[in-house]
Amino acid sequence: MSESWSEMLVRKVQERFPAALLEHGEFRGDLTLLVDATKLVDVARFLKEDSELGFTYLLYVTAVDWPAREPRFDVVWEVRNLDRGTRVRLKTRAAAPDYAVPSLTAVWRAANWHERETYDLLGIRFDGHPNLRRILMPDTWEGHPLRKDYVSFGEPVIFSDQKLEGLEPDAIRG
Amino acid sequence: MGELEIRSRPFVTGRAAGPTPLNALGDNLLTTTLDKVINWGRAGAIWPALFGLACCAIEMMGTVGPRHDLSRFGSELFRASPRQADLMIVAGRVSIKMAPVLRQIYDQMPEPKWVIAMGACASCAGMFNNYAIVQSVDKIVPVDIYIPGCPPRPEALIDAVIKLQRKIKGLPLVQR
Amino acid sequence: MADTSIEPQVERDPGAEPESEWMELNMGPQHPSTHGVLRVKLKLDGEIARDAECEIGYLHTGFEKSFEDKTYTQGITFSDRMDYLAPPINNVGFVMAVEKLMELDVPPRAQAIRVMMMELARIGSHALWLGTTGLDLGVYSGFFYAWRDREKILDLNEAYSGVRMMTSFTRVGGVAWDLPEGWLDDLQKLVDVLPSRIDDYEGLFTHNPIWIERTRGLGVLTAEEAIDWGVTGPVLRASGIGYDVRKAFPYCGYEQYDFAVPVGTAGDSYERYLLRIREMRESVKILQQVIDSLPGGPVITANRKVALPPRAELSGSMEAVIHHFRLVSEGFKPPVGEVYAFVESPRGELGYYLVSDGTNKPYRMKVRPPSLCNLQAIGKMVQGRLVADVVAILGSIDIILGDVDR
Repeated sequence: MSESWSEMLVRKVQERFPAALLEHGEFRGDLTLLVDATKLVDVARFLKEDSELGFTYLLYVTAVDWPAREPRFDVVWEVRNLDRGTRVRLKTRAAAPDYAVPSLTAVWRAANWHERETYDLLGIRFDGHPNLRRILMPDTWEGHPLRKDYVSFGEPVIFSDQKLEGLEPDAIRG
Repeated sequence: MGELEIRSRPFVTGRAAGPTPLNALGDNLLTTTLDKVINWGRAGAIWPALFGLACCAIEMMGTVGPRHDLSRFGSELFRASPRQADLMIVAGRVSIKMAPVLRQIYDQMPEPKWVIAMGACASCAGMFNNYAIVQSVDKIVPVDIYIPGCPPRPEALIDAVIKLQRKIKGLPLVQR
Repeated sequence: MADTSIEPQVERDPGAEPESEWMELNMGPQHPSTHGVLRVKLKLDGEIARDAECEIGYLHTGFEKSFEDKTYTQGITFSDRMDYLAPPINNVGFVMAVEKLMELDVPPRAQAIRVMMMELARIGSHALWLGTTGLDLGVYSGFFYAWRDREKILDLNEAYSGVRMMTSFTRVGGVAWDLPEGWLDDLQKLVDVLPSRIDDYEGLFTHNPIWIERTRGLGVLTAEEAIDWGVTGPVLRASGIGYDVRKAFPYCGYEQYDFAVPVGTAGDSYERYLLRIREMRESVKILQQVIDSLPGGPVITANRKVALPPRAELSGSMEAVIHHFRLVSEGFKPPVGEVYAFVESPRGELGYYLVSDGTNKPYRMKVRPPSLCNLQAIGKMVQGRLVADVVAILGSIDIILGDVDR
């Protein structure tokens, strides 16, 4: 019985970290692993350093906000093995009130700015990140724009038949 | 850099803004002729400051390029230092983080200076009615000419520069 | 805000002066050579740069938030403005994510049109890169040479889509329009002339001793460092790793075309320049093959739940009218799920991570920008180089701030 590389990956992770892999699935050819946050760094290091897996190249880090669900955020790292052409998505969940997950900059150095951006726009705190500051918004900005409860519009659009008085001037402080 | 207050109404520009030392002398033959000469000189060699922000900057580069050559119209060089420029072409979307920088560059330019808001984003935030983009650059600096387009063609930018030259010379913008 | 607790991103050179003796020089955000609104805080030890800390976000536009607010078809017009030097490539990446999610088949003629527009965009982007990087290093005439050819490419864009730059020509399931009459002849004329034009560029730069002096040995990244820092595109290939999405994971029919992916070994700025020139030549080859083998047929999928019906049908079929109405007013609804689709932009792998919750708007559309990944490595690349070299290194990475900041 020949095993596909994704089955091999899941089997190896399950053998090595029995309680860590909460869910896994393949959708449209993309393999996703949902990992418990406490074991995240170990699983990540295993994915990178194991010779059969060898996921050394980080593609991106991001998070998805599901406000109706608790834990609220899905934090996603996607990595690739350039030689074999395989790719896996590593996910964990971030819960209120801190929305904190471990940082993977020690495993994949390229995660640095991506994690800063996820912190800036979504408010996920990455524990162990060397420089967790805002990167895209001004340093004094309040709020995390990409969250679902952040209302984003610059100005109400005024049509010619509307009166101008009574509308608030928008003052945006940087 | 301090707090940046963004106005809800645009600035007034040109003669509506009030008297300048030159026209405080009154309108007589000497000053109007002097006016004409000085304005002719100013309009003939408007040197823009480099302020390309986003996609409109690429079309601005195209305007300087070989096919549509902006230096035919007097804008021989784009100066990197704002202290040596008299026109600021705001080419592109102005984000919240960039707004104080824009104001600082504008303040560094010596008088007389003019501003062209190139493109939809500079004129009215274009398609980006959201938290990140300043809704029109005229909330930060006074604008003389607005150019619609996303991005405007190089010909549109040349048209704007010509209109600005006519404005500087005191002529009506569109000659009937 | 003094942040003394931040660890440096790059290891310090043991032979350098202590950090307290360094000067911090600020480049940008308004600067002729930062290729956009980028702020680089250089830490200088005399004339030698020890670290370059970039501050980005001066062009942050909130694209990802905007995508969540717009239907998929509306989002295509937004996607142009991220990597604004090669908008067709953004368009293709965007719709590929949706097509992957919905498992849609794109007709071969649409694939071929996409390839043509993408390769034209690649040539235009590399030509402009060459012009502006040359401008930074004092080669003023290269800029005008580059624009001479780019104008022809923009003319073709305009003839096809109506717009010089922001084409928005793809739709989910294909492309929006078929090629106009005579477009292929114009393209053939351009393809005939381009090799000699690229020879012109090479004549200006490749054996120019000043150019070689200013770019050779600069900004070196070894293969391990390149993977570690996550760089992509010509920067990655110059360091010896032959990874190009068009070869590794072919899309839009790239597997049928015969072209090579240039890979370098030196990992320096000169190598990256050579690679981009070679990529331009390969793109010309691909264009010729597409012109010769262009299939006929429809340009968009026949699935009426996704693509608008042709106008001729609207006068006859009630069902077509209903489909048209639903698609225009509401848009289509992909299934629930998440995918990652990626294309090769002139800067590297441009990826779209799409999370759909079954409604007509994306729930989360994350863009993986190649320029952000490449820019992270700048601290490593400038270490030990002189101030004047910083400009050359920054130019050789080829960043677009619209992509970095989104």
